[in-house]
Parts: sequence; C-alpha cells; structure tokens
Amino acid sequence: MADESSPAVETTDETSTLASPTSPRSPLEAAVSSPLQLDHVGHAGDNSFRGAAYAAAFVVVALVAFVGVFLAVIAWPSLSRNTVPFLTSTVWNVSGTEMAFGIAGLLWTTVLSSVVAMILAVPIAVGTALLVTHYVPPKLGSIIGFVIDLLAAVPSIIFGLWGLKVLGPALGPLYDWLQRTLGWIPLFSKGVDSTGNVLTASVVLAIMILPIVSAMSRDVFRQTPPDHIEAALALGATKWEMIRTAVIPYGRSGVIAASMLGLGRALGETVAVMIILSQTNTPGINVSLFSGGETFASKIANNAAEFDSPAKTGAYIAAGLVLFLVTFAVNAIARLVADRRPRS
Amino acid sequence: MSAPTTMSSLTAPRGSRRVTDVVVRGLVYLSGVIAVVPLVWILITIISKGLPVILSAAWWTQDLAGTTDRRAGGGALHAIIGTLEIGLITAVVAVPIAVLGAIFLIEYARGTRLARGVSFMVDILSGIPSIVAALFVFAFLITILHFDRSAIAAALSLVLLMLPTVLRSTEEMLKLVPDSLREAAYALGIPKWRTILTVVIPTAFSGIATGVVLGLARVMGETAPLLILVAYARNLYLSPTSDTMATLPTMINTGRDVAETLAGYDRVWGAALTLILLVMGLNLLARWIARAGRLKDR
Amino acid sequence: MTMTVKSKLAAAAALSALSLAACSSTSATTGSTAASSAAPAALACPAGQITAEGSSAQSNAIQEAIAAYNDACKNKAKIEYNPTGSGAGIKNFNAGLVDFAGSDSSLKTDEATAAKARCKTNDAWNLPMVVGPIAFSYNLKGVDKLVLNADVLAKIFQGQITTWNDPAIAALNSGVSLPSDKIVVFYRSDESGTTENVSKYLKATAPSVWTPDTSKAWKGVGGEGKNKSSGVAEAVKATSGSLGYMEWSYARDNKLGIAQINTGSAAVELNSGSVGKALEAATITGTGNDLALKLDYATKAAGAYPAVLVTYEIVCSAGLDTAKSAIVKDFLSYFASQEGQAGLESLGYAPLPTSLRTKVASAVQAIK
Repeated sequence: MADESSPAVETTDETSTLASPTSPRSPLEAAVSSPLQLDHVGHAGDNSFRGAAYAAAFVVVALVAFVGVFLAVIAWPSLSRNTVPFLTSTVWNVSGTEMAFGIAGLLWTTVLSSVVAMILAVPIAVGTALLVTHYVPPKLGSIIGFVIDLLAAVPSIIFGLWGLKVLGPALGPLYDWLQRTLGWIPLFSKGVDSTGNVLTASVVLAIMILPIVSAMSRDVFRQTPPDHIEAALALGATKWEMIRTAVIPYGRSGVIAASMLGLGRALGETVAVMIILSQTNTPGINVSLFSGGETFASKIANNAAEFDSPAKTGAYIAAGLVLFLVTFAVNAIARLVADRRPRS
Repeated sequence: MSAPTTMSSLTAPRGSRRVTDVVVRGLVYLSGVIAVVPLVWILITIISKGLPVILSAAWWTQDLAGTTDRRAGGGALHAIIGTLEIGLITAVVAVPIAVLGAIFLIEYARGTRLARGVSFMVDILSGIPSIVAALFVFAFLITILHFDRSAIAAALSLVLLMLPTVLRSTEEMLKLVPDSLREAAYALGIPKWRTILTVVIPTAFSGIATGVVLGLARVMGETAPLLILVAYARNLYLSPTSDTMATLPTMINTGRDVAETLAGYDRVWGAALTLILLVMGLNLLARWIARAGRLKDR
Repeated sequence: MTMTVKSKLAAAAALSALSLAACSSTSATTGSTAASSAAPAALACPAGQITAEGSSAQSNAIQEAIAAYNDACKNKAKIEYNPTGSGAGIKNFNAGLVDFAGSDSSLKTDEATAAKARCKTNDAWNLPMVVGPIAFSYNLKGVDKLVLNADVLAKIFQGQITTWNDPAIAALNSGVSLPSDKIVVFYRSDESGTTENVSKYLKATAPSVWTPDTSKAWKGVGGEGKNKSSGVAEAVKATSGSLGYMEWSYARDNKLGIAQINTGSAAVELNSGSVGKALEAATITGTGNDLALKLDYATKAAGAYPAVLVTYEIVCSAGLDTAKSAIVKDFLSYFASQEGQAGLESLGYAPLPTSLRTKVASAVQAIK
C-alpha cells in the first residue's frame, strides 16, 4: 500500500527541486510548483490512495474482530470439554486429561485489584491535574506534568520487581495493623502471610495508571472555558469554589472517561501483577484485600512457557477471551462517557 | 466601588469558606507530592543499583556469551539490539497502517457514521491488554498456522499496541492542518491524494513523527508478549525469524531468577536502567521533534 | 579494551578461587585440583560453533561448564545453550535446528524415532549429565537442624499438618524445641519441572497422603504460590515459619536452612555424597551407551538423598556434521570429566557419582 505511493512522492521532490533550485518555503508551494505535469495520473492515484486508506481502516476494524474470533475459535474445543461451569467455578485444573477450569476467582481478583487501584489513583491524579493547571505557574506545571509522565516510561516489569522487593516489605507493618484493627470487615480479614497480596498489587497498579489518568485530566481541565473561570472569580469565589463550580463540572465526564481508561489498563496489566501477587489454592473466592490470587493476565503469563497441549492452551485462551470482553466493555463505556463531553 | 475596603469586605472569603480553600490547596499540593514520590523512589532504586553496571564499556559492546550468572562481565548488546530490532519491525508494519487509517478518518470519512465506527474500534484496540494481543498472535500464528515462536511474532503482537497510539496522534495532527491549505491545493488542480501526500502530511509531519516515537516508547517496555512469543537468548541473534532473541524486558525477566548476591542479579538493574534510558530518551526525542516542528511553523 | 581484559581476569580468578573452596569443603572431590592442571591437555579444542537448546533446570550448570570449557580452550569454539525448555529442545533437536538437546526426561519412544531420523538412522543417546537435588528449605528461628520425612512433607503440603510443633514433626526432631507457629508453605505458581519432580517424589514415597496426580502445576492444599524459584526462595527468606521447595542452588545462594530427609533408618543431609548414593541406587534403563535412568524415589539405601532431578544431554551417536560432532564430543567430554563435574557443586548441583560418570565419559568417547 505504502510502496505504491512512495515513488510518487519522490517524483514530486525531484520536480520541485527542478522547478525552483532554492528549497521551497512551504509544502504547498512544493506541490503547486508542477501541478499539471502529473495530472494524468491524478484520477487513478486518487482511487488507489482512497483504496489504501479504506483498507487501513478495514484492517483496524478487522483486527479487533479477529482478536475476538480467533480467541473464541481456539478456546472452543477446550470449553466444550470443560467439566465445570466456566463462568462460576473457581477451580483450574488443565494439565490432566480431564479439563476443569472456571474464571470466577480470576474475575474477582482482576476486578478487585483494578477497582482499588482506580480508587487510589483517581484522587491523586485529579489533584495533580488541578495543581498543574490551576495552582502553580504554567512553567512549573509543565515540569511537574513531565515528571509524572515519566512514570509511564518505567516498564511494568520494573514496577513488579520494585513492588515485590521494596514496596511490599515497606508496607508490611501497615498491613499488619490494618488486619489487626479492621480484620472484622471481610475486605480486611487475614490473608496471605507474605506481602504479595492484592493491596500491594493495587498500589503498584495505581502508580502505573496515574500518568494516564493525570494526563487526560490535565487536558480537560486546561480546556475549561476562561469565561467560566473569570465569571466564578468575579462573583467572589475562592479558588476551590471556582474549581468546584467551573472546572470540575466542565471536566467531569473527561475525568470519568480517563478513570475508565485507567481501569482498563489496570485490568490487563500482566507482568507486575504476576511478580507481586501470591497465588493461593484455597477453594472459593478470597474476599480480602490481604489475600493472594491471580488475575486473568497474571495467570496466562505465568503459565505461558508451558503451553504444551492444545487443550491446555485453549483453556488459557478462554480466560484471555473473557479479559478481552471485559476490557472491551470498560473501554466502550469510557468512549461513550467521553463523547458526552461538552465541546469547547 | 468607591473604596478598596468595601471591595474586600464584599469579596474576601470568610470563615469556613476560607478554611475549605486552604484545606483543598493543601490536598492538591499533597497529591502532587504523593504522585512524584514513587517515581523518585523507583528511579533511586534503579540508578543506585544499575549505574555501576552500565558504566562499563563492555555493557554496550558485548553480549552475555561466555559469562554466567556467577561471572561478572559481558553486556546487554544482544538485548539492546533485539529490543531495537523488534521495535523497528513493529514500526515498519504499524506506521503505514496507522497513518493511512488516520487519513481515512480525517480526509475521506470525516463526520460520517463509518468514521465514528472505525474511531470507536481504534479506542477498543488501544484498550486491548498486551497479554490479549500476545494470545491473539499465539492463537493465529502458532496454533492455527503452525509457525514457531519468533521475533516477528512478537513484533506483530506489538503492532496491535502501537497502531492505535500512532493512529490517534496522526489523527489529531491532521485535524490541526487548516482546511484553507487543502482548499488552496484543490483550487490549483492538485488531486486529493497528492494534496494529502504533499501538503497535509508534510504540514503535520513533526506531529506524526512525535506520535511514532511515543508509540515506539510504549511498545519497547512491553514484557508480556515477549514472554509468550519469543525465547530469551544470552547471545546476539539478528535473524527476525529466529525463535530466540534477547530483549531488555526478557533479559530482566530471566535475570531476576537468580539470588541477589550473584553477578547475574546486578545485570537486572543494569538492563532496567538501560531500558528506562531508552524509553525516556524516546520520550525526550518526541518532545524535541514536536518543539522543532512548532518552531519551524513560526 | 583493557578494562574488558581486566574484568575477565578478575572473573577467572574469582572462579578458580570458588572451585578451590568447593574442592576443599568436600572429601569426595579431593584430587580434582591436580586433575584441573592436566585436563586442558586432554581436550582437543576444535574450532567452530554449535548450538544447544532445552531444559532450563540445567541452564546454570551448562552455562558455567561452557564458560570453563572456553577458558580451557581459549574461546576456540562458540557454544550456545538456550534454556527454552525440554520440550522445545527436543523438538528443535529432532528438526535438526540444534546440535544437541538438554532435557529433564529421557526421550519417549516416538521422540526417539524422530531423533533417529535426525541422526541419519543412528541412535540418539540420553546422557545423564547434570544432577539437581531438590531442597526443602525452611525459615525457623533457632532451629539449625530440621528433619522431615516424605510422609510429613506430604502431609504439610496437603494441609494436614499445619503447625511446626505437630507431634509428627516433633517425633523426627527429638531434643529440638519447635515453635507452635503456623507452617507457611511456599510453592511455585508457574508450572515447572521442579514442581513435577516434587510431586513425583511424594507420589512415590507417600502415595496414601499425596493423592493428586503428578503434574507441573502444584496440586497441594493451602500455602502461597510465588513466581519462579527465586520468588519461592525470597519468600522463604522473608517469612518466618515458612517452608518451600526449590533447586538446591537457590537454597544455597539465599543461605536458607535445608531440611534433612529421614528415609527410614536415619536422617540424610543434602550434599553431593548423599545425592550420589541416590544415583547409584538408580537403574539404567537404556541399552549400551544410552544411559537413560530410572530413579528410585523410595530408596532406603543408607545415606541416599532421594529427591533428585537428573537432566540429560541428548546427542546423536553418529551422523552429525563432523566439525560439529567434534565440538559436541570435546565439550561433553569436558563436562563429563571429573573437573567438569566437580565445578558443579559450588553452583548447587551434585557431581555424577564416579561409577556413572565413567559410563557417561566412555559413551561420549564413543560418539562418532
């Protein structure tokens, strides 16, 4: 597709250099310098280029569809051999001849860790976005923004190692205290003995999604119409009142969309969770934040080296399919919310 | 309006309103501090352990052939080359599709129902977890077509992650190209496709390049697809069809499985620092391209 | 460049110091210092390149052996080993992509047929080369010596024994004051050959307690799964009252306590001598120079440590490209030499017992 058009570009460059020895000042001038020369190929060129653009758009749509279809096709034979209900069972036994696998436990741990991560990350992200856009001078704001964006440059495997070896042990005493004092609440009940629990994973996930949520919140807060801000200030509002009445209402749907995108990212995060989270094999669902568990992504990645039979592979791909559908739903909601945003 | 005192008595916030304002201000600043703490913490951890490793010349010029987890020496050349090679293959496949897709959305189908549908799918694609992208390529290339794991397979799964990033940033840039430029070109009898290639794309070029570099930065730090789709090797392999090729993330993943007292473990932090430098370098490059582009426009 | 040379020298010096230390610590390997000076003369050191692939369990051992061989031969040959797993190794060996394979188990019948085709109708041999014992490591303050047996281990892993002062443990450790703490079990969350081997050991020695199938995925009750051996080792190190299984090297590198196993008559400590005794009790199931082994996990031989993993090098008896065959033969003869095997102990592997080692060495010599 691209090959087809590249000779044409070269020709243009040649002709433009020929037409004017000095380099053209704008691309438009370059293009205009010899319009008639190539007119005869215009129509065919237009059609093939349009075709290429449509094909690229088709590829995007097809990729999403293919992901769903191929995962479903490979998962189906294993699902049909499954001896327990796939959606409600918590067992996972796929290495023998009798297949028994269910995703209830994976779904719970995935959603719990991601939602807690979102709850931790969103207030901080919104706070930093406000700080950068409305509290500090723009220059300082862009520096702080850049520093937070750098978090996105840290690879997930590094977050995993840091969470396992540095953050988890550092939070250990806090975990002990929470389990002692709030242990009567099921969410805070006694869990695993190491610090590789859901909460550690959530804190790391929160740090990982912070730059995404923060950057998007910054963008919407920055777009707050200046007349709204000035009107609020003219009425004698304090900075917080101005933010509450002008910035937040304007940016609300944007922040919600950003949070949903962050949630989507947390749901699918793989290696960091795999390194940090302890697997447990107690039957049923572990409600506590201090218990271990496995997410869809961590379970798949943990066993990827041993995809040695089609039936076993199919079981993990079935789990991947559910993860795909969950993230699809979350991202679709994010998109719908973002579309409701008022136009600036 | 006559005296300043009246002004302040009318507008200056009093009592609880003032307290609330100060409390919120404090919370906002606190959130900024909390957000920066983990980055500083992680960077200090990595730099303090990784810097001594990457300061050796061998780190940048040798692979790990002849060294072991217990023998110091050797370098990360194999992993650096592998990361760059897989990133390059990914970009070669993803960028043309992404740019053409953006051209479709802005130049051919802007405002249509079809464009909204495709745009929605781009959002979905950008939300696909890397592990799902990896499973998709595994299902398609390895389970159905019976290919082996390879560097190309890994690159193809990264295409799914890079494509939407580049497409979105290209789309934003094309939106910014003023219609007057296009109309001027049409008025001179230039066909649409040439207008796009010679007027629209060059005008938006720096923005597109920024998007490409940021897209590369995103995929180079990915680990999950590499775990599933290509095996790590201690030696330098160049062939993209090879079933073994080292990358920095998989070098970290392999190295972390040794005791902290051994030389092999130091290489984990060296590889981590190298990877962060690479990704941050790309981010800075993207900013530089964007700024250079803005300066040129002036 | 000078820096590189310097660091290499330093590394070589460190390694020789390391192997000297290893030699002096055990009586089984005395004399290897003398052998080491004579060994390079016995090597042919052909030039060229070979690639091998397979088991990750022997990865550390073979990497170290390659490095030591390269030292002795002044880097004349380039030898690569990619630890992609036994299955991948055998597959790529049979497809002719690699020159020998490392595997946790000997060739199955259909694999052997494919391997024969690959070796131009010559047999492929299983050569036991690297012996990796499994350590049951614990973290219990004030307890320097802990004795367990298969039955107790199986009960702990099945959640039937949950505290350290359980009578069954106390009976094996008279005179030791055991705390009433909960036993925190750590296991591998990823599927692994180590897990499979532990389950095989428990299935063979305590079948009434360990009822699940043997599998690469852990089938115990309770406990916490950690990713990779390093994850299990670090968790045991960080958690008091914990017990976990791992390759010996991880227990040693992390300086963890290692439980002794009572096989019936007396407690057996994990060391190269006790592992060698277990291998002497194994039967060779292969014919001629094919040295496939069958381990007896339930061995009651005095002083034999039963939980052992043997990994093989799978080679063509003949039919490989002559230049490559020469390197395979030369490298493996070094690996099977007393010096090559003695170097393994400092890495947490056990040297092959002399009786078996000489069989392997003569098999290597028979490669054409």
